[in-house]
Amino acid sequence: MTATSSELSDASRPDSTTERPSRGRLLVAGLGVALPVVLLVSSAVGPVGVPVGTTARILWAHLLPGEHVADWTAAQDQIVWAFRMPRTLLAALVGASLALAGMVLQAVIRNPLADPYVLGASSGASMGAVGALVAGATVPSLLVSGSAFGGAAAAAALVFVLAQRAGQVAPLRLVLVGVALSYLFSAATSWITVTADHGKLPGLVFFLLGSVSSATWAMLAIPLVVLLAALTHAALRVDHLNAVMTGDESATSLGVDVSRFRIEALVATSLLTGAVVAVSGGIGFVGMVVPHVCRLVVGADHRRLVPATVLGGAVFLVVVDMIARTAAAPQELPIGIVTSALGAPFFLWLLRGHRRRR
Amino acid sequence: MRLEFTDVTVRLGDRTVLDQVSLHVAPGEVLGLLGPNGSGKSTLLRTVYRTVRPHRGTVRVGELDVWRSGVREVARHVAVLTQDHSVDVELDALDLVLLGRIPHRRLGGTARRDDLALARQSLARVDASHLAHRPVPTLSGGERQRVLLARALAQQPHVLLLDEPTNHLDIAHQLHLLHLVRELGTTAVVALHDLTLAATYCDRIALLQHGQVVAHGSPRDVLTETRVRDVYDVTCDVLTHPRTGRALLALDLPPQGAETP
Repeated sequence: MTATSSELSDASRPDSTTERPSRGRLLVAGLGVALPVVLLVSSAVGPVGVPVGTTARILWAHLLPGEHVADWTAAQDQIVWAFRMPRTLLAALVGASLALAGMVLQAVIRNPLADPYVLGASSGASMGAVGALVAGATVPSLLVSGSAFGGAAAAAALVFVLAQRAGQVAPLRLVLVGVALSYLFSAATSWITVTADHGKLPGLVFFLLGSVSSATWAMLAIPLVVLLAALTHAALRVDHLNAVMTGDESATSLGVDVSRFRIEALVATSLLTGAVVAVSGGIGFVGMVVPHVCRLVVGADHRRLVPATVLGGAVFLVVVDMIARTAAAPQELPIGIVTSALGAPFFLWLLRGHRRRR
Repeated sequence: MRLEFTDVTVRLGDRTVLDQVSLHVAPGEVLGLLGPNGSGKSTLLRTVYRTVRPHRGTVRVGELDVWRSGVREVARHVAVLTQDHSVDVELDALDLVLLGRIPHRRLGGTARRDDLALARQSLARVDASHLAHRPVPTLSGGERQRVLLARALAQQPHVLLLDEPTNHLDIAHQLHLLHLVRELGTTAVVALHDLTLAATYCDRIALLQHGQVVAHGSPRDVLTETRVRDVYDVTCDVLTHPRTGRALLALDLPPQGAETP
């Protein structure tokens, strides 16, 4: 069509897209700075307060063994290094993993409601983990992680199969089937819990509510490996993620094998969910809300959205865990209560904003 | 690049949507695909951009057998503007156009400077440079359609498929769009409802009815008064445009009580 001379000169001008997402870059950079800060602060606060400076020196001494003048007590050392640090890091890993899983699902099934919780993966994973625990497994172990992954994958696969009609996955149907199945899995989990031997009950309740309070260093390995693998996958597939959110036909015409990519995404999100649920139980809302907020700030381009979501999820859950520990001290709130208490009103506010814009 | 359908048959459920369609489009030719609702126009296009697999027959783009090649390989040659313009993603128009470069870049790669220049040129070609930094959800139907066409252009296809591309456009943009398609010199297949537009801008026309090609040739040869009446059930007078000399179709419903064939 007609291109005026001003438009043509505009086309040859150096790109402004690299300037435009400055807001997105700012958020990613800000989160990158915020993460170590909240990790440190979170290791310092709690029923027994340890000054932030001391906490930093304790961590420093552990990370760089050598000559250190220890001006802290053995108790402080233990509190920071053996209890709070693994707990804080676990919160970060869980937040990052759930947010990433939610982001991938939202893109792949083009539904803003999607997250591992809504799609049944979380409840499937809980069922798997609780089943393994009742059978005698302990946390952390490959058996519990494996069963949680198995449960998540089975749930996700079942949801996909049931949501298909004539080879097409209707996104709305997917969510409806996911919600229905997640009730079913929750019922099964409750049944296992109720009929379980009383000695095992506290461990099982932990899965139902979700918690990072019993974290140990040994728990971090599997979620970390899975997160790094899923992140690598997402980084290699940013184009796929961007294409697929514009629709199946559209993505196909851009050279994306949509069914194959959906399966890849399904495996990745099941692994993320399973790895995380196996050590922290079912924690809701992170997977849905964090990608949404990030999308509002940086836009839907996954080149910016992936880092923002992963960092944002980590920061969010570390902060939530801090609130859970301190808000009602000396009592500790289950982390799921805090994520939902923050997440639900925010989500409602988000919906209102959407309606106004349309 | 030449596009060739050989014996293409598509069944959806127990309905035969395309029945042994054989058709070719010469390199650089603009083919108009006409036919009533449900005659198989969209399905025929879908067999080229790998969305509906034919039960029998082959689709070839140049030397490439579409259904024996990878979906990425096909996307380097074929671009499409579908009827679905419901993309509602928080991307700026320019970013949406940049998606057209995906099939040409390696996995995990990013948009390069020349990709960006190409995306801007594509927007300029569809008269949408001013929309570059508008979020897609704020665009009107017609604007969105032009931006999606720009995306197809950014794909630098050898074969361009357009499924009722004039749908949401005002008259000026309808004419501009078809004029642009002619100017590109790319092999193009355009599914249309407006017979006069088709006669004006297409080199050749294929008329579909019940999944079969009932006529294929130049606009004058295909769009005759009897054929239009048989296929569309409307009466038609073929006139001549006073300046361009192209066919001009005057249509009305058959007189009431008249026997329909």
